[in-house]
This record gives sequence, structure tokens and C-alpha cells, in this order.
Amino acid sequence: MSTSVATPNEAVRAAGSRGGVSVSAAADQSLPGGFIDTTTVGQVTVADPVMGARKVNVHYGAKHAIKDVSIDVARNAVIAFIGPSGCGKSTFLRCLNRMNDTIEGAKVEGLITLDGQDIYDKRQDVVQLRARVGMVFQKPNPFPKSIYENVAYGPRIHGLAATKADLDEVVQTSLQKAGLWEEVKDRLDHPGTGLSGGQQQRLCIARAIAVDPEVILMDEPCSALDPIATAKIEDLIDELRQNYAIVIVTHNMQQAARVSQRTAYFHLGDLIEVGATEQVFTNPRHKLTEDYITGRFG
Amino acid sequence: MHFSAVLVLILILSSVGYQAGRRRSLSAVGGRLGARNLHSLPGYYGLLVALWCAIPAVVLLTGWHIAGDRIVVASVLADLPADVRGRTAAEQGLMLNDVRNVLAGNVSEADASGPVRAAATEWRRLDRLSQISGTVVALCVGMLGAALAWRRINPELRARNSVESIVEVLLIGCAGVAILTTIGIIISVLYEAIHFFRLVPITEFLFGTKWSPQMAIRADQVGSSGAFGAVPLFTGTLLIAVIAMAVSVPIGLFSAIYLAEYADRRFRAIVKPLLEILAGIPTVVYGFFAALTVGPLLSSVGQTFGLTVSSESALSAGLVMGVMIIPFVSSLSDDMITSVPQSLRDGAYALGATRSETIRNVVLPAALPGIVGGVLLAASRAIGETMIVVMAAGLSAKLTANPFEAVTTVTVQIVTLLVGDSEFDSPKTLAAFALGLVLFVVTLALNVVALRVVRKYREQYE
Repeated sequence: MSTSVATPNEAVRAAGSRGGVSVSAAADQSLPGGFIDTTTVGQVTVADPVMGARKVNVHYGAKHAIKDVSIDVARNAVIAFIGPSGCGKSTFLRCLNRMNDTIEGAKVEGLITLDGQDIYDKRQDVVQLRARVGMVFQKPNPFPKSIYENVAYGPRIHGLAATKADLDEVVQTSLQKAGLWEEVKDRLDHPGTGLSGGQQQRLCIARAIAVDPEVILMDEPCSALDPIATAKIEDLIDELRQNYAIVIVTHNMQQAARVSQRTAYFHLGDLIEVGATEQVFTNPRHKLTEDYITGRFG
Repeated sequence: MHFSAVLVLILILSSVGYQAGRRRSLSAVGGRLGARNLHSLPGYYGLLVALWCAIPAVVLLTGWHIAGDRIVVASVLADLPADVRGRTAAEQGLMLNDVRNVLAGNVSEADASGPVRAAATEWRRLDRLSQISGTVVALCVGMLGAALAWRRINPELRARNSVESIVEVLLIGCAGVAILTTIGIIISVLYEAIHFFRLVPITEFLFGTKWSPQMAIRADQVGSSGAFGAVPLFTGTLLIAVIAMAVSVPIGLFSAIYLAEYADRRFRAIVKPLLEILAGIPTVVYGFFAALTVGPLLSSVGQTFGLTVSSESALSAGLVMGVMIIPFVSSLSDDMITSVPQSLRDGAYALGATRSETIRNVVLPAALPGIVGGVLLAASRAIGETMIVVMAAGLSAKLTANPFEAVTTVTVQIVTLLVGDSEFDSPKTLAAFALGLVLFVVTLALNVVALRVVRKYREQYE
């Protein structure tokens, strides 16, 4: 990484060339005429990414929600998407497992790959994609079924367990990985909706990992939880990193700093800055990032 | 003076009271600018005076009318000649009817007998007296009430609270009317049904298999002994209801699933109201559609397959009734399916479930209690439905499970038992009340269960 101080024009040129190019600490990205240069700065690519996005644009009807976003998701690491409300971080997250398909009027352009394959390719089966890229939502949404059935649902529809014993095994290991097994092992037949909010969210995580995905997307997974439940989920995310790539959207900057290795800052549909979490928080390269983390807006 | 004319007078009086009350409240605080020193808005003081005027006056007027009529009748009876007074109550009633006819002008006064004419004159005099005094007293009470309320007005008076509690009482009264009506219906049906069960044992009614309600009027008549075993009616009702549910539940449910989950917004906006039009078609129209179109059609189609289908059959009535209740099932199911939170669908999609898997495994189980509620409501509708079965199901009380035969239902029998001239002390007529009671109990039970199920479901997501 370069540490030289760049003039605005150099910054534009440097960032425009993409690919691991970086510019100096919190350079002033204002352009003549009061515009701010929103070209991404920082470490966009990683070696051997599990997912990659190139020049992704999303339109909701007339609204241009995501503008030319390119970013890689590394294996066995957590990347956090931060930014003010309405900046497009959740929208972009939902592109990664094509959950935007269910929204009327949403149009996704650009290239998103999973292990090198285009997930928006016509031959790509969205069902298989979502089995490989799981998702945990903002509000815990367990199905109105038993705890066991909640976890067993994914393996069942994908035919992952041949026998009842296999399924029991999958359910148990998933609940163990989600740190919920000890709390629910005696009441697997109780309704999942009867658990506390934090337990429900861990149940949803167990449900997601039961189909053995490669990537887990988390859309503000702790925003509906109390601090103790949040701490448990954060610990869990750190453990899950051993086996999965995790993309987490969060409003909570401390949380992003605690759980992630890389951080991406979104602003009004633009990806402004990507980099190692520590660097983004202690030494942001873009003025907008700095303003956001120092609490000037957001 | 006429009752409604007095009501108008009271209304005028109370609106005057409103103005007076409003003005007094404002003048108590020195005009419009002082209105903020009042406890309530000036209009509430006006309303308080108006209500204090209208309510006592109307209550008194109504009571006066009810009591006045009785007093008039009693004193007319007391003034009748001694030989009339000695007669039975029924004969006195006949005499009173004569007097009423003279008063109403149905019988000319010249044709009436002496005592009747005298009684009519007396009645007319008393009636006028009662009306005039009633009007005067009611208006006086109204003015008194208004004056009392008007005098109490001062800036500290909590007029809004008083008006609101009066309004609350009025609302309770309205709700009470509906409840009292229901209770009245239950009591009258129960009363007549108990009468019936004194003549025909309840076990015979509930478990007997022969229904033939014609009673011999004379002792020497043959073949009309009367049998009141209602089982054929119950099975007929059940058969038709089952056919109707077999039509309406799948069609209604599947169309609800399509509309809620698959159809785009424009299609849904057009089709849903169209589907609900089915509920707006008068049942009598369904009835002749079943009797004149579906029945003969089924009968001729049956013939080509070598089946004997009578032109009045359980099948034609059931099919048409099924179509009629499709909107009940589809509309409620649609509401229930759309009220399943999107987050549950997202959860399933995110696990890689297809749309039909999501609907089958997540949406429908979540909506199931509500759907069951809708189906039960539709079932109680099917059991209570009358017009279609009267026209298309036939009258013969056969104990059969064959949908191609004519059957009869509880509602059809109630209609036939009560149509025409009939005496109210024969088991034939009273049987209608017993059947009505059974119908009432069954549909009430279904509705209670359905509402409980629906309510339980509602709590789940709120």
C-alpha cells in the first residue's frame, strides 16, 4: 500500500485503476464544483475470494440503489458492511443470494460470482445458490414449527439426510455450532417461536448452517436483540468464521470493529471504502468514511 | 298529537337547549375569547343541556305510550256492560277487536252493536286524553331537564366527561338491543321446542329415522299418523353440506393461494372483487340456477353414463351451494395467507426453498388456523342455507347417502312446515321450532369454534 499523499486528481486516477490500489489517509476527495469523488478506495480484491462482485448496479424502478459496486468476499473471514440508513448495504447483501428476485421491479446488473461462477447466469438454479449462500435476517423469523423442524427444514428440502439418524445428527451439530444445543436439547419438540429473541436468532443461524453453506449473509442480525444476546451472537460469528465466509450488515460500528476482519463503507449506493477493519476505523482513507466513523452523520 | 310529532318537538326543544347551553358557558367566561378558561369546549355544554332535555323526555314519552295503551284498554273493559265482563278472556278479546275495528274504520260505526259503539267512543276519548297529557308531561320534563342542566353550567363543570359518559351509556344500549334480540329469539324458539318435546319425545326426534310430519286432522283419516324422526333431515343436510364443502374448500383455498402468492397486483385487483361478487348473488337466483339448469343437466349427463340421477338431487343443490360459498373460503383464506409475515417467506427462500415448498411447508401451516376458521364459517353457512335446497334438493325425507337421489334438509322442512295455514298447537308446526333449535345450536357451535380458532391465530403475530 502506498502512503504518499496524493492530490485529488491522483486519487481519482489511482482508485480508477482498481485492484488493491490505495490512497493516503483521509485525503480530501472533493472535486471542483462541490462534487465528492465516490470512486472506491482501498483493498477491493483478495486472494482466492469465495464471492466476487464487479460493477454491480441495482435499480428499484426509477431508483438507482447500488452504483458500480465491486468487492470480494474472502474465505473464512468476516466482512462488515457499514453505512448510514438507505446507503444500499442491505440491498447489496440481498444481491449475493438473489433475494432481490422476490422484489417486484428490482433489476440487478453486473457480475457476481460464487467460486468463479456467475450466480445471475441463466443456468444458475437459485435454489442451489441459496443453499450455498445462507442468510440470517434482521428480525428472528423462526417458522411456526418445532425447534427440531426449524433446523431440519433445509436439509429436508435439499435431501441432505438419508435417514432419520442422519437428520438427527445434522440438527444436533447445527444447534451445537450455533451454541444453542445445551439450551434446547430437552425441548426440541417445542415451538421455535417460544424461545427468547436471542435464542430465536441463534436458531435461525442453526437453520442456515444446517444446509452447510459456504457463505452466510447476516442482515443486522443483532438489531432486535438485547446486549447480552448480542454478545453471544458476536462470539458465535467469530467461531463460525472457522468454517464459513460471513458477510454482516450492521448499524453498530463497535460491532463491525469487534467481529469483522474487513469493513466496507457504503454511502448513497456507492461503495466508498474497503479495507482491513482496523485500518478503516483508525485510519480511514476517504473523507466520507472518516466523517461517518467520527459521527459527523449517519 | 302523534308520537313522531312529539319527537320532533322534543328535538327542536333540545336544539334550543344546545344553543342556550353553549351561550351560557361562553357568557360565564366573558365571550368567545375566554373559551380557554372553560373546562370543556362550549359545544359540550350545549350538548349536555340538549341530552338532559331529550333523554328524559323521550324515555317518559315512550313509557307513557306503553302504559297509557294498557290503562285505556283496562278502563274500556271495566266500562263494558256487566254481561260482557262476565265472559271469558277470549270472548272479551273478540269484543275488543270489534272496538278496534270500529276505531280503525274497518267497520262502520252504524253497523256496530250498542256496547261496542259506546266502548269505541269511550276509547277514543281516553286515547286523546292520554296523548295530550303525555305530550304536555314529556315536554315539561324535557324543559325541566334542560333548565337543571343549564343552571349547573359554570366554567368548572366537567361537561365533556359527562357528555362522554352519557354517550357511552347510549352505545351500551345499542349493543344491548342486539344481544337482547338474540336472547329473545333463543327463548321463543326454546319455548316452542319444549312444547314440541312434550308431544314427541326428544329421543324419538333426535334418533328416529322416519320423518312424516303430516298429522291426521280427523280421527277417521288414514295414513297420516305423523312421525318425527329427524335423522333423515340431518343426514340430508350433512350430505349436501359435505358436497358443498367438497366443492368450495379446494376451489376457494387454491384460488386464495393463487391470488395471494402467485398473481400479480393488477390481476389480483380485478379478480378478487369478481370472486366476491359470487357472495353478492341472491341465494334465490342460485336456487333456480340449481333447479332449472344444473339439476336437469346432471340428470341427462347421468343418463349417458347409465346412472339414474333425479332432477332434484343432493348433488345439484350441493354443487351450486359449493359455488356460492367459494368466496367465504377464498376471501378469509386470502386474508390469512397475506397476513403471514413476509419474513417467514424470506426465511424459507433464503434456505433455498422453492415457491411451492415455501407455500406448502411454511405459509399454509402458519395460516392454517385462520383457514380452518374460514372453512368452519363456510360450513355453518352451508348448513343454514335455505333457498337453494328448497328449490333444488327436493322434499322427500329419505335416509340415503346417495348424492343422485333427492333428499331434504332441516331448513327445507322448516319452510314447508310453516308455509300455509297452520295451527300453533299441533306437533307438525311445533316441529319447525325443534328443527330450528337444532340448526341454531349446530351453527352457533360451529361459529364459536371458528371464531376461537381465528382469534387464537391472530394473537400469534401481534
